[in-house]
Amino acid sequence: MSVSPQFPFGITILEITYIVASVLFVIGLKMLSHPLTARRGNILAAFGMGFAIVATILFHRKNGEPIGNIPLIIVAIAIGTVIGWVIAKKVKMTAMPQLVSFFNGMGGAAAALISMMEFPHVSPDLIARTGMANGHVLAILLGLMIGTVSWSGSMIAFGKLDGRIGDLRVKSMKYVNITILAVLLGFIVYIMTREVESARELMPFIYIMFGISVIYGVLFVMPIGGADMPVVISLLNSFTGVAAAMGGFLYNNQAMLTGGILVGSAGTILTILMCRAMNRSLLNVIVGVFGGGGNATATEAGIIKEITLSDAAILLSYSKKVVIVPGYGLAVAQAQHICHELDKLLDEKGVDVKYAIHPVAGRMPGHMNVLLAEADVPYEQLIESDEINPDLPNTDVLIVIGANDVVNPAAEDDPSSPIYGMPIIKARDARNIIVMKRGMGKGYAAIENMLFFNEKTRMLFGDAKNTLQNLVGEIKNL
Amino acid sequence: MEQFSDFFLQHREAIFIVILSIFLGIEVISHVPAILHTPLMSGANAIHGVVIIGAIIVMGHADTTGSLILGFLAVVLGTLNVVGGFVVTDRMLEMFKKKK
Repeated sequence: MSVSPQFPFGITILEITYIVASVLFVIGLKMLSHPLTARRGNILAAFGMGFAIVATILFHRKNGEPIGNIPLIIVAIAIGTVIGWVIAKKVKMTAMPQLVSFFNGMGGAAAALISMMEFPHVSPDLIARTGMANGHVLAILLGLMIGTVSWSGSMIAFGKLDGRIGDLRVKSMKYVNITILAVLLGFIVYIMTREVESARELMPFIYIMFGISVIYGVLFVMPIGGADMPVVISLLNSFTGVAAAMGGFLYNNQAMLTGGILVGSAGTILTILMCRAMNRSLLNVIVGVFGGGGNATATEAGIIKEITLSDAAILLSYSKKVVIVPGYGLAVAQAQHICHELDKLLDEKGVDVKYAIHPVAGRMPGHMNVLLAEADVPYEQLIESDEINPDLPNTDVLIVIGANDVVNPAAEDDPSSPIYGMPIIKARDARNIIVMKRGMGKGYAAIENMLFFNEKTRMLFGDAKNTLQNLVGEIKNL
Repeated sequence: MEQFSDFFLQHREAIFIVILSIFLGIEVISHVPAILHTPLMSGANAIHGVVIIGAIIVMGHADTTGSLILGFLAVVLGTLNVVGGFVVTDRMLEMFKKKK
């Protein structure tokens, strides 16, 4: 680190700020993993980021030169802040997963842009000394590749979760992807073994590499089934972390290095935890074709039995114990508030109401908790599936609202099913089951659900919100 | 081999930081309850917005109009990542707060 003689004091402040920022990131992340301290943790990390940004603008020196274009930088930050703030505040809680994906993509794009701009500026001295095969060039190329893949992949994930892009599944896709990945790595080797005087001569390769990385990101996410999307977002999240860390390597910037790697490793662990919740390996998620061309679709399923609203109302009112299993259908119908009304109403009648939350209910692990918390459902009523399963045989009525795959008994019975082995909520153990569904469509994983044909099951078709509203009305009228 | 040891010695501090940070990340996250997965992912997402520092450095030393424009874009995108990430995380966590 070159300490410029005329301004050593500023450099010291800058470096100390980076240490403080790194510590705040670590503490913030740690606090984020406990319910009580999570919010403060997030704010602490945000402060760390703020310090690092301000200190960089004021005190950063490159070969003794201060940061220029400060007014424009402030304008850029202002634009980003306003847009980011407005989007983050306006978007509905149900759209949270795509939003995280969108912001993640922005970070990846920023990392890729940095690499593209730094590449022609690799110092000719360094090239003269070591050739192109040095850590600097490697960091730039990896930053470009990972950042770009993270950006284009996140945009596809965003489009898929938002329902704008469908799945594309071709059997040979994984071979195509592996080939493209090999080509990308080949480019890195090729660029690093060229003998040139200035890196600028190799810029065309950088553009081509950028283009291929975009394609790779798209093809990487395209075949991945909807149910696996959270895993992919988490994975892309850790990619962006690594891309940011490459920038830290490049600028010898400790805040970027620690922040980036921290997210990279934490994100990887989180990805693995999510996979575990679905009983799938990461490799399986990435190369496996999930759902879609299912083999067990044409089963002779049996008879569907419907229930009228008034029968459902009576059944619920005279139960002792009711368990509600909410799914994404509840969230898209924006029915979490009316659902809470139903449980309050039943509670007044002396019915014990609990919510069974599957770890991957919704579109992301923990998504359902966020949605129900938004509707003021008390924390104590939300029970995780492992905990509630032993209780289900004593449950009078289990209501499934817009959930499908997380209650599908095929996960226990049918070894040929793609979700076989996934821990589920054992809905069929309950004495009575009411399933609220829009129609007979399949779940996100596109697999037939035998629970709907169970003799204890009664169906209530319709939009979750309307159905719940009518049900609440019926119960009030009893 | 010479190249490798050169590389290693030159970057040994960074390599140290990387390895220790990996362990730190694993340690910090490993006992998180499933209900916090989404906010945690979102919070981590905001933290990698630290890439904005690189964007500021690039833009602060941009010497051509082209690189200034790209730098500007990078700073805007980086800020989106940081601000959007932290605000959204806060919004999610706000909902958990009402209860004890």
